[in-house]
Amino acid sequence: MTITLLDPTGERRPAERPRARRPASLDGHVIGLLDISKPRGDVFLTRLAALLGARGAGVRRYAKPTFAKPAPADLRRQIAEECDLVIEALAD
Amino acid sequence: MSLPRLPDGLVAVVKRDCPTCQLVAPVLGEIAARGGPLTVYSQDDAGFPPSVTASSRARDEDLALSWHHHIETVPTLLRVEGGVEAGRAVGWVRREWEELTALSPLGSGLPAHRPGCGSMSADPSLADRLRVRFEGGRLASRRIDVAELEDEIETAFERGWSDGLPVVPPTPARVLRMLDGTSRAPDEIVAAVPPDLVPATVEKIAVNAVMAGCKSEYLPVVLAAVEAACTDSFNMHGLLCTTYFSGPVVIVNGPIAARIGMNSGINCFGQGNRANATIGRALQLVVRNIGGGLPGGIDRATFGAPGKVSFCFAEDEDASPWEPLSVERGFARGASTVSLVAGHGPSAIIDQISRGPESLARSFAAVLRAAHHPKLVMAMGALLVVSPEHARVFAGAGWSKARLRGELEALLLLDGDELARGAGGIDEGIPAQVAAGRKLPKFIPGDLAIVHAGGRAGMFSAVIEGWVSGARGSQLTTVEVRA
Repeated sequence: MTITLLDPTGERRPAERPRARRPASLDGHVIGLLDISKPRGDVFLTRLAALLGARGAGVRRYAKPTFAKPAPADLRRQIAEECDLVIEALAD
Repeated sequence: MSLPRLPDGLVAVVKRDCPTCQLVAPVLGEIAARGGPLTVYSQDDAGFPPSVTASSRARDEDLALSWHHHIETVPTLLRVEGGVEAGRAVGWVRREWEELTALSPLGSGLPAHRPGCGSMSADPSLADRLRVRFEGGRLASRRIDVAELEDEIETAFERGWSDGLPVVPPTPARVLRMLDGTSRAPDEIVAAVPPDLVPATVEKIAVNAVMAGCKSEYLPVVLAAVEAACTDSFNMHGLLCTTYFSGPVVIVNGPIAARIGMNSGINCFGQGNRANATIGRALQLVVRNIGGGLPGGIDRATFGAPGKVSFCFAEDEDASPWEPLSVERGFARGASTVSLVAGHGPSAIIDQISRGPESLARSFAAVLRAAHHPKLVMAMGALLVVSPEHARVFAGAGWSKARLRGELEALLLLDGDELARGAGGIDEGIPAQVAAGRKLPKFIPGDLAIVHAGGRAGMFSAVIEGWVSGARGSQLTTVEVRA
């Protein structure tokens, strides 16, 4: 006799999303640098900003209020509106 | 399945395998001959009773009619008007049958009354099967059929539903029984469970509570725990993702704790109590299965902690000299609540010598100071669990919980110069510009919770070290338990 079980999961497998297309070069692109507010992430991003600037990329800086929570929706939208690319620093 | 409609007139439900039904068979014949219209439903034999013509007999073959009309005893005689039950006599009671049929005298040769037999629809050996047949439609979860040669417990492992221990297979019958523990509708949405923010229904949580090994009376506590976990203040998402040790610690207050047999005493953080062990486990299974939070996936803990399987206990309110956590949190005395705090541990405080509150408070402060790291302050919370033998010292000196907290705050106002990076030859610490020349509190006010629990013997208390506290991290969150 078969036994019937009830599925305990959310019954949703996230649809596989294609990765965003990678740009051929950084020329003319605005790059967002997102500091998640972990200690010393800003050190890493400041160095990156200098290196990217030297290659002709526009750089904008952002920071999450706390590393311990997801980025606020407004911040995510702002980054999406203002930038073509984003680099997120995870540091300790 | 819709309610089987009752035919108008008189309806009797009987079974051949019942001496009382045999006894009243001639009476049914008498009613059919004198009054009618009468329909007799037999649960076990379509030919019974022979005293009634075949056209007036029907077989309640799948027991649907008996189930849906709550027939618990046979014979049961119903009077039906416009498809609706207007009267009922259970067993054989001449006076009631005469009243219901408006025929008198009835069954003259019989005793005045005779109790009936159990209805087949109430037979314990059939109860689960009938319930799934007639009520299974209330359950919306996807059905997964496990083949005969498979072991359903292994299936649960293979499908990734387990926390590493065997789970109770969530069959429809078990889930229906679990749902008896709440008056909330199975399709009511309790919370959006992180990380996937999947809306969790009462039913889905019940499925996971079955797997965790809960009894149905624990379900209201599990529902409240899920509700508390999925608030912005508790921040289950962040707690799950952290590389740090912590997980949700569940503290139960109020009368429900004793009612469901929770442990607030000897070994209350340990093994051996079903409610403590399974309520915390159910919460974690909900996060795993409904929310999609898997270790190695979103859960990035470096070590984790054993309490991430289940960390759940009740506060010992009866022996406590202080107001319970629920009352401190603004709930009425007598309310049942679930409080969630991020934590792991416990860490021990041994003090078998102090007999005065000042000395004991200093012991507490010394251990609390070392929580997380002796040089880190104002970032993480903690839960102090005071044992009965320690609480007695404070009670004897008339110290309220607020007094103890105040004294601890004073003792834990630390010299910034000792906390600065590099101080004591330890690079870890507070940035010098923040620490230098200042007094800094170990805990931000509100980040040190105090409860009373543990066995009556043992001059120990416990520190459950928290995680990132305050609005930036996870805050103690309390939800009232609803039936």
